[in-house]
Amino acid sequence: MPVQPVKFYQVGSFAVGNRLLADDDRSVQSEPGRANSLTCGHRACQRCGEALGARYALDAAMRATSRQMVAVNATGCLEVFSTPYPETSWQIPWIHSLFGNAPAVATGVAAALRAKGRSDVRVVGQAGDGGTVDIGMACLSGMFERNDDVLFICYDNEAYMNTGVQRSGATPPAARTATTPAVGPEPGNRFGQGKNVPLIAMAHEIPYVATATVAGLRDLEYKVRRAMEFRGARYLHVLVPCPLGWGSAAGDTIKIARLAEQTGLFPVFEAEAGELVSATKIRKKAPVEDYLRLQTRYAHLFKSPEGAATIARLQRIADRNIARFGLLDTDAAPGPAAEETP
Amino acid sequence: MDKPFAITLDVGSSLANKTGAWRTERPVYVDLMPPCNHACPAGENIQQWLYRAEDGSYEPAWRQIMQDNPLPATMGRVCYRPCETACNRAQLDAAVGINSVERFLGDEAIRHGWTVPVTAAASGKRVLVVGAGPSGLSAAYHLRLLGHEVTLRDSAPVAGGMMRFGIPAYRLPRQTLDAEVDRILAMGVTLDAGRPVTDLLGEMRDGGFDAAFLAVGAQRGKRAYIPAGDSAKILDAVALLHATADAEPPQLGRRVAVYGGGDTAMDAARTARRLGATDAVIVYRRTRERMPAHDVEVEEATEEGVRMMWLSTIARADEGKLTIERMMLDESGFPQPTGEFEELEADSVVLALGQEAELSLLDGVDGITVADGVVQVGPDLMTGHPGIFAGGDMIPADRTVTVAIGHGKKAARGIDAWLRGDRGGGTGRAADGGAASHAPQRLADFDRLNSWYYSDAPATVRPQLDAARRISTFDEITGGLDESTALFEARRCLSCGNCFECDNCYGVCPDNAVIKLGAGQRYEIDLDYCKGCGICASECPCGAIDMVTERI
Ligand SMILES: Cc1ncc(C[n+]2csc(CCOP(=O)(O)OP(=O)(O)O)c2C)c(N)n1
Ligand code: SF4
Ligand SMILES: [Mg+2]
Repeated sequence: MPVQPVKFYQVGSFAVGNRLLADDDRSVQSEPGRANSLTCGHRACQRCGEALGARYALDAAMRATSRQMVAVNATGCLEVFSTPYPETSWQIPWIHSLFGNAPAVATGVAAALRAKGRSDVRVVGQAGDGGTVDIGMACLSGMFERNDDVLFICYDNEAYMNTGVQRSGATPPAARTATTPAVGPEPGNRFGQGKNVPLIAMAHEIPYVATATVAGLRDLEYKVRRAMEFRGARYLHVLVPCPLGWGSAAGDTIKIARLAEQTGLFPVFEAEAGELVSATKIRKKAPVEDYLRLQTRYAHLFKSPEGAATIARLQRIADRNIARFGLLDTDAAPGPAAEETP
Repeated sequence: MDKPFAITLDVGSSLANKTGAWRTERPVYVDLMPPCNHACPAGENIQQWLYRAEDGSYEPAWRQIMQDNPLPATMGRVCYRPCETACNRAQLDAAVGINSVERFLGDEAIRHGWTVPVTAAASGKRVLVVGAGPSGLSAAYHLRLLGHEVTLRDSAPVAGGMMRFGIPAYRLPRQTLDAEVDRILAMGVTLDAGRPVTDLLGEMRDGGFDAAFLAVGAQRGKRAYIPAGDSAKILDAVALLHATADAEPPQLGRRVAVYGGGDTAMDAARTARRLGATDAVIVYRRTRERMPAHDVEVEEATEEGVRMMWLSTIARADEGKLTIERMMLDESGFPQPTGEFEELEADSVVLALGQEAELSLLDGVDGITVADGVVQVGPDLMTGHPGIFAGGDMIPADRTVTVAIGHGKKAARGIDAWLRGDRGGGTGRAADGGAASHAPQRLADFDRLNSWYYSDAPATVRPQLDAARRISTFDEITGGLDESTALFEARRCLSCGNCFECDNCYGVCPDNAVIKLGAGQRYEIDLDYCKGCGICASECPCGAIDMVTERI
């Protein structure tokens, strides 16, 4: 079990904090003195999931490392909106180099710290999905292979958002992006393409791999803390909805991430040394349609008669995840079709 | 300026960038009316006292109840709990066991001897309260808290009214009632027991009273004409319950028929079972759905072996047997005779056909209007005679103890305002007391909640004396919750529409624009940086944040 359920306190363990909990049981985000690694005044769009996910993850890492930590950032929204020179929103040691080399730079920082004998200072690398799944892939795989002492975090908003919503290897099938328009016989992104980096990371048999979303704060914080208990290469993949790129309404950011989990479209799990050790169970199962409807990148599915078949295909992906990762408490029944890959 | 190599500008913080300027809407914390409070006839702030009880602050929780209702241990037993019917949690799993927590708090208060001090300065005004039932006791309590002198008169030798003489002991143990009544009397209320009031104006003049509150109840059982043989035994439910309370129960025989379908009919049948009747039958002319009795009463009566005969009237009573005529509901739902008869063996018949108010004390009081057997009152419960107020079962309203307690509070406020010279009437005061005591607030309905955040927690069921043992004694049948279960039950509250400091808004803001003010102080929005995205409002579990358009 990744997150120990808190003894029943009105809202159990699902809210950020709780006045009735002992200090030790409270989330990092509920602390009045949390690090606020990414502080106010940043230029992220309203309701940005990435800004939220980065603060969640880095504040947890700051607590886990007793604030002895360096972050290395790839190019992308997170870097651009936080550091329009000479302003910075970072309240942690932070370095940016290029779009594709963040894992390599992080490796270098870790090597430098090792050379200086500073085993107390830990390194976090971070990038968007483009910087991780596509252009950063070679550096990342090398970092994994060498088992460098870095926690690499991918903030997955499922496209190149900073340059105007182009498709990435993490864009889901049927989603409309600037480069996968909703036209032609198979509108939106194609089925059967893309990469699942958490599984690729597991294939490297690195000490720790996990996925999380901004809808499961306590789970996310647990995973950062757990990751920091290992030395060597670790990978955390966080789903962060992008209201602009996904076309979602005001205030829906967390709701959408929650639905990604509750439909099974985004499986939340953790693995150690290549083996799956836990999956976060779905609490309130929802059909994929509930998730798709909230986003204009899928609007075409609800406008044409062919849309229904596509929605059914997406449902099969969700069902396969549910069966594959055991996302339901009663996971005896495997999903109906297993031929579709996300 | 001594800068590192290749650095030409100082590092600035993004705090210089006031992103609040992007905003078109702003989050605003609100306190809405929770459905439980809205439904409470005594106007209790239930959500608030549950909130206090949640961290084990039982005494503050009890004091919060006492602001509205001076009889929590009693109400925690006999209230029909409109709050639980309204509770939003029912739409998740089961309603919060509000009533059982109230009882726990009430019992704690009795156990520890908590009292409410009278701190108001003496007003020098004297109020006569006629009737020491729930309404009169509630009025006396609130009037004392407002600094007035109170004399409570009742024809019975002890205070309590229908709570003592109408509600059987298996629902309300007498020690509990006594403890709560005594606590009110000890606040300096003068009790004149065994002293019926017949000449109201005369007594007010002689006693130097500035105002009066009448709460004489509806004590007289309605009669119905039943052709009866000489030796048929017919008695009245109110009298039966009263005599049983006095420990002088009448002989009913082994087969008892109770005529009527209200709560009093259920109480009478259940009392008959306890007095040794092997067969207690409710005879009612309509159907179960149309029966006025509350569901719990019907269920508990059935569990205790009380039988029900629907669509039946008593056409004739003779010694040892009744002639029952079968009825049929017409299109308008009214029962019509069918001409089919059957016999029912019964040693006695108890009439529970409703009660009416005995209003002879109003003879000679001018300005009073009586319609449908009850006294008409204004919104502040003043009758047509200035300075004379009325409440409880003798005015038009639902006849429950909780409603009566609410009337007592409302009348006390009305009397207080009147005595202090506010004779304009209806300065919104009318909204006090009852359901509307937080009137202008919007209701926190279920749709406002983000129920994702509440973990599953089924209700704690109060222990019940098993049915076989029940019918042989007048012991209380429903047990109380122990502390840990009462605490659990209080924590099931969703805090509808009122912040309970779960830190969600503080956590979910992508712009760190929510300031946490510390325990009990809640939060504040940092408008310098709030972009107005609305995530805090959508993720607030209890719906306590509104998004309001900015005026630009
Ligand atoms: C080598 C290189 N190619 C292209 C770019 C332009 N560029 C900057 S950010 C970005 C997209 C970033 O996408 P992602 O990594 O998914 O991060 P997001 O902005 O979505 O958070 C691109 C293509 C660049 N900076 N460097
Ligand atoms: S959940 Fe709590 S606040 Fe909401 S209606 Fe029920 S008792 Fe009242
Ligand atoms: Mg991206």
